[in-house]
Amino acid sequence: FVDREGRQVPVRGRVGDNVLHLAQRHGLELEGACEASLACSTCHVYISEPHLGRLPAPDEREEDLLDQAPLLQENSRLGCQVLLSPALEGARIVLPRVTRNFYVDGHVPKPH
Amino acid sequence: PRVCVVGSGPAGFYTAQHILKHHGGALVDIYEKLPVPFGLVRFGVAPDHPEVKNVINTFTQTARSERCAYYGNVTVGRDVTVPELQQAYHAVVLSYGAEDNRVLGIPGENLPGVYSARAFVGWYNGLPENRDLKPDLSCETALILGHGNVALDIARILLSPLQLLRKTDITDSSLAALACSKVKRVWLVGRRGPLQVAFTIKELREMINLPGARAVLDPADFTGLENAVKDAPRPRKRLTELMIKTTLEKPVEVQAGAAAPRAWGLKFQRSPQEVLPSADGRRARGIRMALTRLEGSGDSAKAIPTGDVEELECGLVLSSIGYRSLPLDPAVPFDSQRGVIPNSSGRVEGVPGLYCSGWVKRGPTGVIITTMNDSFDTAQSVLEDLQGGVLDISPSREGFGVVESILRSRGVRPVSFSDWEKIDAAEVARGKAAGKPREKIVDPAEMLRIIGH
Repeated sequence: FVDREGRQVPVRGRVGDNVLHLAQRHGLELEGACEASLACSTCHVYISEPHLGRLPAPDEREEDLLDQAPLLQENSRLGCQVLLSPALEGARIVLPRVTRNFYVDGHVPKPH
Repeated sequence: PRVCVVGSGPAGFYTAQHILKHHGGALVDIYEKLPVPFGLVRFGVAPDHPEVKNVINTFTQTARSERCAYYGNVTVGRDVTVPELQQAYHAVVLSYGAEDNRVLGIPGENLPGVYSARAFVGWYNGLPENRDLKPDLSCETALILGHGNVALDIARILLSPLQLLRKTDITDSSLAALACSKVKRVWLVGRRGPLQVAFTIKELREMINLPGARAVLDPADFTGLENAVKDAPRPRKRLTELMIKTTLEKPVEVQAGAAAPRAWGLKFQRSPQEVLPSADGRRARGIRMALTRLEGSGDSAKAIPTGDVEELECGLVLSSIGYRSLPLDPAVPFDSQRGVIPNSSGRVEGVPGLYCSGWVKRGPTGVIITTMNDSFDTAQSVLEDLQGGVLDISPSREGFGVVESILRSRGVRPVSFSDWEKIDAAEVARGKAAGKPREKIVDPAEMLRIIGH
């Protein structure tokens, strides 16, 4: 994962985990307001290529909700709809920078 | 440091959550004027959208956490003033939303049969102040002014098959009223064109797929628009394409003898001029609208009357043209023109230590993700100011310690979060018998009785 301040957070997960829960388990700031029920866009993330292309395409309901996500990009997905599989080995999952950066704990980001 | 948040809807809770998460010593108290929390998540989100309400679980976790406290039944601005809160806390965040609505400002607006969308939604969602609305649903045609998601929500609730609504948390009395409803046709009327609609694709699709109701869209309204949105941002493009696709669909075959299906449609470039009274002048019977043309394009297109008018017969008019915030306290600056508290990144202009988040900060539009990001933005400002010494946390503040005695001296008894959980349990128990997730209690006096106040 790359968090909202641009810090890299390497994680490991199990096949079948969904990206939202994986992020939350590792303390990343990814909200899942509707609890993975396809009723909000708060778990919006960007997925690196070529991993994005290996995933099953989003269904219409996910596309509709992505339309509501701020800073929508070509590689946007809803984290709760992306399940871990070997196809995602080495993927970079970036959290959109929707608020101003502020390092409340005095952290200085590593250049990347 | 002690922080006070005024308002327990998504803005209040997300602001509190972010501050608590990023400051290990902050204590946050959330005040709410109703006994019950959650604001529009409880009173605005449609009953048939229960998944959207799942966010209540996140808010509940926040409220139950050690450094957070909830105080319901406290009306800030009356029971305790903002200056008094500023004395009691190091920072005060105003997240009280938009409790009023914009008015049409046309003759006939106050005739029986005309309601604000806000009041109608409050009515079916059990908002105490709207429980006696008793909307008259005895006419066949309803007209909703506005092309936003609230307008679609109302159209959907008016035309949904009853068996779908029966299993939701819609209030029992609204269900009974809808069971007797004669409304068969709902028109959603907007001043501008299809490219300016404010509703979103998920909600439009829901309407198109509503069982027992057919969509009536005029292909003439969409001439040339396929081309116009070719290079538009994805959301606008997909939304317009869906509307165009719907105009091309053949009407549903109706079996001979079957009742005519319910219908809904979109009307564009019509601006309400007057709600027309019945012969005896006692109720609405129709509306006269000015036909408009568009000047400019996209979001900034303006609707200019052409001089032509059109009349439409209807017995129910719902004005869904926007919510509106109200000023809370003379000590808080308020921009009455824009209906927001003047601020910069959530810092209230000219009043150190005072912040705002949510609709009262940015205006009354947006869904939960918008308010969430906005609340985090305000929380960042509070955290920055705590960290940077802009907020002086050396004087100790008493927080609820001092507010409690102020409230007692004014005869106000706050409702705690565990009190709310008793009300919650009572609602869930009552709903169980009817197969509903809850039966909302709509009388604040009854809520207080349940908790022994």
